[in-house]
Amino acid sequence: MPVAGAMLRCGLPLLSRVGGGGRVLSWPDALLARSWSGQAEQHSPAQDDKPIPVDIPVPFLAHNCDPPPQHTETSGEELFRFFRVMNVMRRMEIASDLLYKQGHIRGFCHLYDGQEAVAVGMEAALTWEDPLITAYREHCNYLGRGATVTQVVAELLGRQAGCSRGKGGSMHMYHLDHHYYGGNGIVGTPPPLGTGLAYALQYLKKPNVAVAMYGDGSANQGQVAEAMNMAALWKLPIVYVVENNHFGMGTSEARASAHHGFYDRVGYIPGIKVDGMSVFAVKVAVAHAKEWCLAGRGPILLEMDTYRYHGHSMSDPGSTYRTRDEIQGVRRERDPIDLVHKLITKEGLATAEELKALAKECRAEVDAAVKESEASPEPEEAELFTHVYRADTGVEMFGADRHASRLQRN
Amino acid sequence: MAQLLLFEALREAILEEMERDCRVFVMGEDVGHYGGSYKVTKGLAEKYGDWRLLDTPIAENSFTGLAIGAAMTGLRPIVEGMNMGFLLLAFNQIANNAGMLHYTSGGNFTTPLVIRGPGGVGRQLGAEHSQRLESYFQSVPGLQMVACSTPVNGKGLLKSAIRSQNPVLFFEHVLLYNIKQPIPTGENLSSLERAEVVREGKDVTLLTYSRMRHYVIQAARILVSQGYDPEVIDLVSLKPLDMGTIARSIQKTHRAIIVEECMRTGGIGATLRASIMEYLFDELDGPVVCLSSQDVPTPYSGLLEDMTVVQPGQIVQAVKSMCTKESVQ
Repeated sequence: MPVAGAMLRCGLPLLSRVGGGGRVLSWPDALLARSWSGQAEQHSPAQDDKPIPVDIPVPFLAHNCDPPPQHTETSGEELFRFFRVMNVMRRMEIASDLLYKQGHIRGFCHLYDGQEAVAVGMEAALTWEDPLITAYREHCNYLGRGATVTQVVAELLGRQAGCSRGKGGSMHMYHLDHHYYGGNGIVGTPPPLGTGLAYALQYLKKPNVAVAMYGDGSANQGQVAEAMNMAALWKLPIVYVVENNHFGMGTSEARASAHHGFYDRVGYIPGIKVDGMSVFAVKVAVAHAKEWCLAGRGPILLEMDTYRYHGHSMSDPGSTYRTRDEIQGVRRERDPIDLVHKLITKEGLATAEELKALAKECRAEVDAAVKESEASPEPEEAELFTHVYRADTGVEMFGADRHASRLQRN
Repeated sequence: MAQLLLFEALREAILEEMERDCRVFVMGEDVGHYGGSYKVTKGLAEKYGDWRLLDTPIAENSFTGLAIGAAMTGLRPIVEGMNMGFLLLAFNQIANNAGMLHYTSGGNFTTPLVIRGPGGVGRQLGAEHSQRLESYFQSVPGLQMVACSTPVNGKGLLKSAIRSQNPVLFFEHVLLYNIKQPIPTGENLSSLERAEVVREGKDVTLLTYSRMRHYVIQAARILVSQGYDPEVIDLVSLKPLDMGTIARSIQKTHRAIIVEECMRTGGIGATLRASIMEYLFDELDGPVVCLSSQDVPTPYSGLLEDMTVVQPGQIVQAVKSMCTKESVQ
């Protein structure tokens, strides 16, 4: 498997800065290894990988391509993994909500709870060699790329232990080695930049796909259509993932888009509509899309029908443009964690009590990470001027404050 | 030494860097098969193919975004704006996605990107094709901006820009592509942060860049023949400004005149004046004079267009007003 410090055939290093820790772990290994080492055996009674058939009741809708099958297989091991990760994600977002209300997280904070199945199902079908880029609702995507909860929460708190040393914030989290390209504040950014990631894959002849995620609100940006034209023109290996949570902040998709639906918008790009609340549906669809791209068939689009429980951001109560009944209804009928919970208990892999204990463990992990983040110091003052430029030409670079310039007195 | 036209010098720079580093590629409208609207990439597509000389659709916003995404992975794109003015459509990409990335990622990612193309006032190209983008981008932190003015500095700067880890805006001028100059062989990289002392002198410091450098040189010839001794400095680096070289000069001459093609409001001269005033006030015998273009859209009429930009005669006049024969030793 190619490593982060890959060399090109011409002998030059691929990444502009060869990051540390060359071994690329697949996502599930990393989460088990880092967060739950030693505890995995105690709390997953059914360790066998006996295949468990799963139905995907909500039909895939396909545009200009064949839909994936409406069923898949899972295993005890995978189910527990999904349960844990989604619980950590859920608890992390709830913890962030609390920290925000206490005034420790400021500015914009867009929470992902309700949408966990998309992040988790997607990573289950990809590797970290497949580059990923998304927009601002990214905390869980970043976690899914192998980040720790501390790296996320410390960044939200603006501390040194944060993944961007406190200088990025909620919308600017990145992972160099695991090919996670952020974290973008401006709507509509992932499609063109993601198309560039796919261009690089094609240029370097890497057997991977790029995934560019964006929302139903962004889908009406011109740069999205422009990017798709180029991807289709040059048959780039890119999966465009529209996380359709039905609201662009306070504007419903019906009030923003002339055409209902995103999977069937572009005549020359095939698309599939996916039940985004089912981690199994997401996994199957993304695997299907990856296969499509790796066969050299060009871009493909996945519309994830998903839902966010919180408002658009912490500044938005999320109840002025939709009813509480609607939110509670989705939570009751389609919650992604409940789906996995039901399957685990139905298969007799664990009791509800055991799963409750497991969820409590996840909560404890998140609480510990929050404490660790709170203990991390604020950035040093000098950090204000670092990383504005990369000083590499041997000549002194001037900082933001021109007092930093040195004048030679005669 | 071979004599090269400026566009040939730029092409040589691109060719040499593409040969040296397989990650370097060019993208833009008509850069490939057509050879570039100003022939900067002529013949390169035949040598390097469609993936390295990428003909893009007319979609500046997204293809600049594409270049940024590619640069984040370690590739080194050279984005050509057919006219720099078209890159206003990509302002968001350049400001938010390129400029800020190294900072917002806490140093994790860089965007080793060069965005180049012709700008400035040409010959009756009309308002929308006579933009001076250096004014708009100068306050975006993280961007580097250089303006080439000769074949020698054009080649040297472009090579350095391609090798830099920072996003560099490389300003060329529509009217300078056919300037000829002997070019030495060898690497000859130019520093991206150094101004160029074109002519040493002691009476007055003339600070300029790009096409105006040539008008200043014209004016300097006239002034020298009349007994003046101006020092001419080509800024080259528009962001960050080379305050070191500028300061050394003003400490010597105590008089500064800026000659720029930007509009008066919010241009490079506006920033430079403020810096000089702030740091070199005690060195100055009088206020800094700034000759800029008029704050108007560039008119089509040749007569009016000439009035829009600074002319050599005005530069001569400004120096004479500042340096009366008595005050100059």
